[in-house]
Amino acid sequence: MKNQSSNTVFDVDTIRKDFPILSRTVNGKPLIYLDNAATSQTPQQVVDVIVDYYSNYNANIHRGVHSLSQEATDKYENARRTIQQHFNAAHAHEIIFTSGTTHSINLVANGFASLLNANDTILVSALEHHSNIVPWQMLCEKTKATLKVIPMTSEGDLDMKVYDELLLLKPKLVFVNHISNALGTINPIEEMIQKAHHVGAAILIDGAQACPHIKPDVQKLDVDFYVTSGHKMCGPTGVGMLYAKESWLHKLPPYQGGGEMIAEVTFEKTTYAGLPHKFEAGTPNICGGIAFGAAIDYMNSIGFEAIAAYEHELLEYATEKMNTIEGMRIYGPKTNKTSVISFNIEGVHAYDLGTIVDKLGIAIRTGQHCAQPIMDFFKISGTARASFSFYNTKKEIDTLVEGLEKAAMMLR
Amino acid sequence: MNIETIQADLIDEFSIFDDWMERYEYMIELGKSLPMIASEFKTDDNIIKGCQSKVWLHAELENDTVVFTADSDAIITKGIVAILIRVFSNQSPETILKTNTDFIDEIGLKEHLSPTRANGLVSMIKKIKMYALAYQTQIGL
Repeated sequence: MKNQSSNTVFDVDTIRKDFPILSRTVNGKPLIYLDNAATSQTPQQVVDVIVDYYSNYNANIHRGVHSLSQEATDKYENARRTIQQHFNAAHAHEIIFTSGTTHSINLVANGFASLLNANDTILVSALEHHSNIVPWQMLCEKTKATLKVIPMTSEGDLDMKVYDELLLLKPKLVFVNHISNALGTINPIEEMIQKAHHVGAAILIDGAQACPHIKPDVQKLDVDFYVTSGHKMCGPTGVGMLYAKESWLHKLPPYQGGGEMIAEVTFEKTTYAGLPHKFEAGTPNICGGIAFGAAIDYMNSIGFEAIAAYEHELLEYATEKMNTIEGMRIYGPKTNKTSVISFNIEGVHAYDLGTIVDKLGIAIRTGQHCAQPIMDFFKISGTARASFSFYNTKKEIDTLVEGLEKAAMMLR
Repeated sequence: MNIETIQADLIDEFSIFDDWMERYEYMIELGKSLPMIASEFKTDDNIIKGCQSKVWLHAELENDTVVFTADSDAIITKGIVAILIRVFSNQSPETILKTNTDFIDEIGLKEHLSPTRANGLVSMIKKIKMYALAYQTQIGL
């Protein structure tokens, strides 16, 4: 199916050939993968990089004088530069490799433990994933600082009026996701960053749900910390990154002790290595880092503008089609969102819905999406969520809608 | 009724279905016909953890047999719990404890037996056995 309404050359059939998993069957039916917000699929180009690493140059990095170690180090550091360029960071050493978004957030939260005291306030948005709430609760327990929540409006947007009021408390830190995983809401982070800085607060943006769809420019955003995971953007699991302004990386203490992060060690004193190694203790996920870089290259070869345009088209198509289903309720904002549809069908439990459509080969998410506060807000026990990627098709959406109708008929 | 006979009946009933849809439709039907749990037992304490849907399970000892009542907000889960109640309710604690759950595999619902499934079938069985163990101890005393 050629996508004709877009100005770009976007041939989804050709793109799908890059993803071997998309041609498998599940329960005897062709797989329709609509759980992209949980994890994206991996193109052959990235799989090849992983195989190449273990087949040809697997070695520990940064310390070997031998050729394999050098090759692996070069590729790993090249991947860091790829990520730096992609996010337009000023320096490669402002990119810290982590095991993923959660690790990145914990690294920052842990660092702030030594910078906060009982009189301090930190702000977190009500639209957060659990991983972005718990580390701050732990931080507040440790430092006795106060955690305040930026609430949601009934539309599923952040209440910016309350945000303005909370900023009067002069918080030290603000945490918000770029895009909500449960609802797909795109938060006004430019405005939020500017306002946070105006009162002297640092701000961390969780970009896990944003990076598969848009290309953030950390310098233009003037953000202090930006975090994301490789597996949401066609890379492997177990690898992610923390971008932090150089000044912050100097201010924060190291997160973990171990090899790679030290300059000199005696039993009296250890001096830490320079950036980025100060935050990268131990042998990292070398292959993962290299494959993360390859995944970013792959996505850029398709182009984020083309991806965003096509996914928007899929979202509009899916919203229209799904709204024809009797009893359909879609949660979250109508516009200003990414290709995520969080929904319920009246009289049908999301778990039942997910179970039946799985039998039809369709993978959707059900439950609370690690975002219980959001579910409490809507007074529901959970939702079903279909999330679309640039390799999905309108035909798959048609099959989803048929599947949901069939399931609803069985279950009501 | 003898627990083996109940299991054999269930296997027999499910064997007439050719495909998953018919099996699930039957399971949904079983769920819908599950007798209502008394509202005073639909408490947070009776919720089984480990389910994506809510499952309430209550047990009482009557004439040395354990009587289970249950409910769920999801109909497939309710069907699963209805099957378990049909097998395990009105049995002696001893019988409940020594009975295995192979019949679930035999009625074509093996996929639900994986401990990582979000429906919590494994948690339900564990809870049923725990009640049986508790009542066995009580009778023994």
